[in-house]
Amino acid sequence: MDTSNTQNARRRLRDPLGGVIRWSQGVCNKPRPPGLAVLGRLTSSTVSLHSCSSAAGRPRPRSSASGRYRLAVASRSLAAIVGGYACAAAFAVALAAALPLSRSEAVLWGTMLSFLIWSLAAIWAFTARSASRAWLGILLPAAVFGAVVLFAPGPT
Amino acid sequence: MKDGFRQAMAWLHTWSGLVVGWLLFAIFVTGTLAYFRPEITQWMQPELPREGSTAQHATAAERYLRDVAPVARSWIISLPDEREPQLRVFWRELGPDGRFERELLDPISGKRTSARDTMGGDFFYRFHFELAMPNPWGRYLVGICAMFMLVAIITGIVTHKKIFKEFFTFRPRKGQRSWLDFHNASSVLALPFHLMITYTGLITLMLLYMPWGVEVAYDGDSGALFAEAFPQQQVEPAEVRLPLAPLAPMVARAEARWGQEASVSRIDVQYPGDRNATVTLQRGPGQGLSHETDKLRFAGASGELLGDSGALAPAATTRQLLYGLHVARFAPELLRWFFFVSGLTGCLMIATGLVLWTVKRRPQQLKSGGVAFGHALVERLNVAAIAGLPLAIIAFFHANRLLPVDMAQRADWEVRVFLICWLATLIHALMRTPRRAWIEQLLAAAIGCLALPVVNLLTTGDHLPAALMRGDGVAVGFDLIVLACGAALALVARAVLQRSKAVPVQEPQSTRRPSTALTNAGARPG
Repeated sequence: MDTSNTQNARRRLRDPLGGVIRWSQGVCNKPRPPGLAVLGRLTSSTVSLHSCSSAAGRPRPRSSASGRYRLAVASRSLAAIVGGYACAAAFAVALAAALPLSRSEAVLWGTMLSFLIWSLAAIWAFTARSASRAWLGILLPAAVFGAVVLFAPGPT
Repeated sequence: MKDGFRQAMAWLHTWSGLVVGWLLFAIFVTGTLAYFRPEITQWMQPELPREGSTAQHATAAERYLRDVAPVARSWIISLPDEREPQLRVFWRELGPDGRFERELLDPISGKRTSARDTMGGDFFYRFHFELAMPNPWGRYLVGICAMFMLVAIITGIVTHKKIFKEFFTFRPRKGQRSWLDFHNASSVLALPFHLMITYTGLITLMLLYMPWGVEVAYDGDSGALFAEAFPQQQVEPAEVRLPLAPLAPMVARAEARWGQEASVSRIDVQYPGDRNATVTLQRGPGQGLSHETDKLRFAGASGELLGDSGALAPAATTRQLLYGLHVARFAPELLRWFFFVSGLTGCLMIATGLVLWTVKRRPQQLKSGGVAFGHALVERLNVAAIAGLPLAIIAFFHANRLLPVDMAQRADWEVRVFLICWLATLIHALMRTPRRAWIEQLLAAAIGCLALPVVNLLTTGDHLPAALMRGDGVAVGFDLIVLACGAALALVARAVLQRSKAVPVQEPQSTRRPSTALTNAGARPG
């Protein structure tokens, strides 16, 4: 594990909502330019997934960075919980509709396996490089499952 | 790259574990106790006679049901066996909105039992997935906890690079290190169990949590799904009265076919009193891992054997297997103890994880000039969840012995004692400093455990030597486990006490700060 690798790794975590990744040391306690309103928060990001205060050993800042950090976590959490559930539900329905088995078998397989899909989606939501990628990586498969439902011949 | 992934997993593991940790601890503790649900019921209803054969019990139940509901939509008879002391009957009246009734019977006379009214071991079984909340909210909450748990386990595995080595690592008396080592060891020790129990737990209520497949394929009619997946011929009533043949000969035939030791555990009668009545006998557990056991169907009016249950399709078999693994009714005694110990390991894993969260953050909190509200709250909830729950459970057992036997709504009052006691530990934890709250609640639980055999002696006259003399394994086991729990709780209380004496420098800081933090709660960013 060399230094560049670690830096690279930390950079991946510093990103609440996607967009341009800018890395700077000790950014947590820097006051944000007041001009950066909500839109700015949504596009650029410099905050770690780990709370800045604990890393620096300083009191928790009340800066906009903290708010942005929370927004990022909230977005990823929403992707994991709501997006993940939607993806798992679409998976269950897709299997129920498309598996070439009897109706009850297809429903049971889909439902049983859907919880694993949900777990994977939740883990992806917090590993993805950005929150937008997290959403994309969950909603895209969900859409594919949805398409399977639409074009499936229907339960036998 | 790899390291960043691991960091993200560690973050997710920490927070998904914390958010549901307190409820998960309660779910794990009550679920672990539920492995001995029939034995706990035996202890909590000492009046129930433990005699008679399966055929006698079936006849007793039949006598009662013929009396109260000679013609009905259905009867269900849940029969006692070596473990289960209760003879329970359920029946549903004719008509589309026929009421569902239930009664606990004396297994010999077939009359309503005079044994004390209690939920017995069922309390732990139901609390495990309903949290004493109205349906379906408790079940949803437990499902959410289970999902978080599944994510916490998977991310926990990813977080640990040297999972095998960590299992053999324990560095005692090193503060945070020791907590982490213990958390790792308890997690890894029973890791396959933790994964299995969490996933199969979700499977037991999967149609509640993930109803969309049924919604699309069956228009939301899960009954239709079950009828297809677990074929059981539905009968239509002939609307012609014909009395039901006696059940005892059918039980005898089933026992002749399955062998004497495999008792009949349940009898389902559809349309008793009708010419088309059918009787289905279900074999007791112990046949295989699956929840599904053999069934025999009889024509109700003639008592003729119609046939047995066919094999299930792969997905249905899998689902019954996963369900069976979760409830572990198949497990013979030694294996059941293994499950029990694995469950206890899970409780320790969650408890040490919760404590680790606070131990790890406390120095940073103190360095930054005081404990934040969120941190102080976690410390206090930890006390009420980890030490308060055993205290409430012990109070529940005491209530079973001390409440008047003929009290109205007695079973409800036992549960109320549990809930009130648990609430009291929360209030206590909020009012005291964490260290004091830990010591006081652990000691109270220890005293409660050690006093339970005495209370039992004073109220029922039974005691450990007497139980040993008559070879009553359940009474002996219950007393020994309660005494062992009391000793363990007392030892933990002593350890906390000694630690607080051994580090006097930290003591004033750690006892003062949190309470000021709590009172200043509104002013802090959290």
